[in-house]
Order: sequence, then structure tokens, then C-alpha cells
Amino acid sequence: MTDLGIALGRVVFVLVFVLNLGGLMTWVERKQSAIMQDRIGANRASILGLRLFGLFHALADVIKMLTKEDFCPARVDRMLFSLAPFVSTFFALVAFASIPFGHTLPIAGREVLLQALTFDVGILYVFAMLSLGVYGVMMAGWASANNYALLGGQRAAALMISAEIAIGASIVGVVMVYGSLNLMDIARAQGQPLLPELFGRWIPAWGILTQPLAFLLFLTAGIAATKRTPFDMPEGESEIIGYFVEYSGMKFGLFLMADFLETVVVAGLVVSLFLGGWQVPYLGPDGFAFPWGATVPLSHLAVSLLGVAAFVLKLVVMIWLMMLIRWTLPRFRYDQAMRLGWLGLFPLSIANIVVTGLVLQWWSTW
Amino acid sequence: MRLAQRLYLSEVVKGLVLTARHFFGNLARHTARALGQKSARGAVTIQYPEERRPYSPRLRSLHRLVRREDGSPRCVACMMCETVCPAHCIYIVAGEHPNPEIEKVCEEFTIDLGKCVFCGYCVEACPEDAIRMDTGILEFSSYSRGGMIYTRDVLLSLEPAGPAGRPTSTVPIPADRTV
Repeated sequence: MTDLGIALGRVVFVLVFVLNLGGLMTWVERKQSAIMQDRIGANRASILGLRLFGLFHALADVIKMLTKEDFCPARVDRMLFSLAPFVSTFFALVAFASIPFGHTLPIAGREVLLQALTFDVGILYVFAMLSLGVYGVMMAGWASANNYALLGGQRAAALMISAEIAIGASIVGVVMVYGSLNLMDIARAQGQPLLPELFGRWIPAWGILTQPLAFLLFLTAGIAATKRTPFDMPEGESEIIGYFVEYSGMKFGLFLMADFLETVVVAGLVVSLFLGGWQVPYLGPDGFAFPWGATVPLSHLAVSLLGVAAFVLKLVVMIWLMMLIRWTLPRFRYDQAMRLGWLGLFPLSIANIVVTGLVLQWWSTW
Repeated sequence: MRLAQRLYLSEVVKGLVLTARHFFGNLARHTARALGQKSARGAVTIQYPEERRPYSPRLRSLHRLVRREDGSPRCVACMMCETVCPAHCIYIVAGEHPNPEIEKVCEEFTIDLGKCVFCGYCVEACPEDAIRMDTGILEFSSYSRGGMIYTRDVLLSLEPAGPAGRPTSTVPIPADRTV
């Protein structure tokens, strides 16, 4: 019974956390872009005169989307047409499940891993879910009975394949360095000191230091996988409008939501693979142990909560960075994105694997 | 393009630094403003209905009919404005003025603002300086065509704009406009 409760608690926590973050992203998108562009941003929605920096616009959006006409064009495949947005959002939502948001939390006398689902192949699970998400987009493109939507769906598939290959190949280096496919193990391994023979205990072995090239490649391919500008070929607002051209109301809102959720998932992956996950530098299971000898003992609960806070902070910073990129770079043309994926990211990530392998081999025999 | 530009990465970083600088600078200024330092402005936005930029004194806004000292309209119903109006939006019905020295007066003076193109020719053409476009009122949209028709008494009741072009009279709401 307790097991069931704990399992349910983990799942519900992650679900609520990710859903709320996805909803907040609409606010972040509006406000961050406004502040970057010397504007104020949406600030008019108010409840009893309370504006809260425009936070209620997210609420107003939902009410608008729910009450709009849910239009279904004449020749569409009704089943696929209605299913597509749900498929898109569902897989974006469940992808976060195996990303650890903290280490362990003592509940009812046992150590609970802070992760919705503990998988030994957590990375593969996240990638599987991320790439299944594109089926929703393709379904939307196919079922809409609209050539522009079909083009958008095909572009989404092409973009996803070229990005997916680079994503998969770029994390192989990370997996080789930390020796696990379990995201919790990878996060744990990133708390170890980097090259203690050379640097002592000063530098934690975060993925961004052990695999800097993989970080860049993964971030680029991950942004491509979110289908947002600069990789917004499936939408292509300025040319084809895209796979959701026939959608209205909350179904359209779900596609929008899926893009935001994918951003959260990719940010979460970057954090747990390259930024140390829930690790706080120099924080061990018993408290801080600084390399110059000072120690600050902390209770187990405090350490756990600090870890969760660190993960959330890193996640927010990553989402901020991805928003910054989205509002800074101009969009790639379709052929440019394909060239970047196949002739840039893919060969570089293969080279990264080879170099990582050689360095690891050399290091172990040295 | 140089090699560094072709590789794109350094250019991306340059662009991100630029936008991030704007982000943090504006965020700091917004925070300073929220903490009471009113000179700090994090945005160039003018929050329109509450905040307005000063209007030029030459701005052509909603028309008004100028009054004589006794309150009757200066208009002598010469039909100059009605004739010159390129949009044919002015309708005048002439009547007798009680003062025998004044030949005519407008019984009715109706402007259909739904047709008006705000060219200002009526103001130019008027020999009596009886119509001006200096009320500073710009917001008079309506849900119906009828709501765009302004009659003599409404136009007579308007006052010229105050400093910085602010309207001094309230926006007239015609009887058939459902707010």
C-alpha cells in the first residue's frame, strides 16, 4: 500500500510539475521575448484588479481555447484528426518520467528515488517518447486533408529524423563516460570529482566538462526536436503555416502545449546529462565538503531538498537559454536545417564518439 | 563570408550575448522602477489608454462647431464645407436666425464620421471659422453605422483640447450607440 502510494506520488508530482511548467512557458515566452525586445509584454488580464505581471494571460488563453469553436473540416479523417493533438501532447508529457529531479527522499522509513519511473534504460525511454511525439504531428498533417498540413507533417518527420540521429549519436559519448543508460546513475556519477589525479576535488565531473562537444550537438539537435524557431520548418509560419493549419480551439492549443512540453523535456535532459542533474557542487550525502577542507554538515532531508532545488534552478536556466535562442536566431530554411543535421551534427557526433573512445582507452591504459 | 561566420557558432553566441544584454539590462531597469525609481524605464512601450504621447496641435481630431457669445452656432449655413467635402459626409439644413443681422443659421449640422476622411477641408473652407477639428478626441468607434452620425448639438457641446492635446470634453456618445 505504501509502495503504491509512493509510486503514485512520484508520478503525480512529475506530471503536475511538468504540466504547470508547460503552462507557465506561455507566460515566459511572452514576457521574456518582450523584455529582450524592450517591450512590456502581455499585462492586461486581471482578476479583481490584480495583474501579477500578466500571469493570468495563461488562464485567459485556456478559457479562450476551451470556449472557441472546435471546427472539423469536411473531408478530414475524423479519428486521426482528433487523436493527433492528444498523441503529440501525451508523449511529450510522459517523456519526462525517467528524468531524475532529485536523488533520494526519506519517506516512511525508506529511500525513495526522486524520479517518476526508475528505468535502467532511462535515456532510451526518453528518446523513444520524444520521437513518438512526432507521430502526432504526422497524423495531424495526414488527417487534415490539406496539402499545406501534409507538407508540414512531412517536414516534421524529416526534421525529427535528422535531429534524432544527432541526439542519439551525441549522447553515446556521455553514456561511454559514465557507463550507464540510467539517468539516475548518470546524475550520480556527475557528482564525482573530475580527474582527481590532476585537479584534486575541485571540479565536479559534469557532462558539459567531460563532453563539451556533445553538449553543443545535443542542445542544437534538442532544440530542433522541439520544432520551435530556429527549426520551425513543420510550422513554417511564413511559408506553409504547417501541420496544424486546420486545427482550432483546444486541439490547436494542445499542439502549442506539446512544443512547450518538449522544450521542458529537452531542457531536463540537458540538465541531467550535462549539467549534473540534481548535483550541487561539493554537496555530499552528509552535507557540504569543500575541497579546501571546510565542511558544513546537513541533514539528509536538507540535502535531498537542496538537490531538488538545484535541479529546478538548472532547469529554469536551461529553459531561459532555449527561449533566448528561440527569440534571437532567425529560422533556418528547410534545406539549411537538413544540411545542418546530416552534414554538421551527425558527422561531428560520430567523431565525438570515436575521440571519446580513444581518450577513454588511452586513459585506462595510462 | 569568413570561416567563423560560415561555422555560425560564434555568430550565434554574439547574437545571444546581445539579446541577453538587453534582457538583463531591461530586467534591472524594470526592477528599479518597481522599487520606486521612476526614472528607470525598461521598455519603450507607452501603455496606451492610460498613457498617451502628446498630440500635435495640428492634429485633426473629432470636429466641433464653434459657438457665438450667445451660445448659438457661428455657422451661417453657407454650405461651403458641405460642397468641399470629398467624402460628402456633411449634411446642413439652413434656418432663420432670430438676429436680423445674421442671415442664416444651421438648423441641422450632421457629420457622418463613418464616411469622413479627416482631410480638414471643411475647416479650411469655412469663412466664419465655425468648424474646427481640435477636440483631441480620437476614440469614437461604434458598433453601428448610426452610432457614427454626430448631430449639431453634440458637435456644439465639444470643447477644444487642453495642453498636450488632451481632450477636455468627454467623448460624446450618440443616443443610438449601444456603448
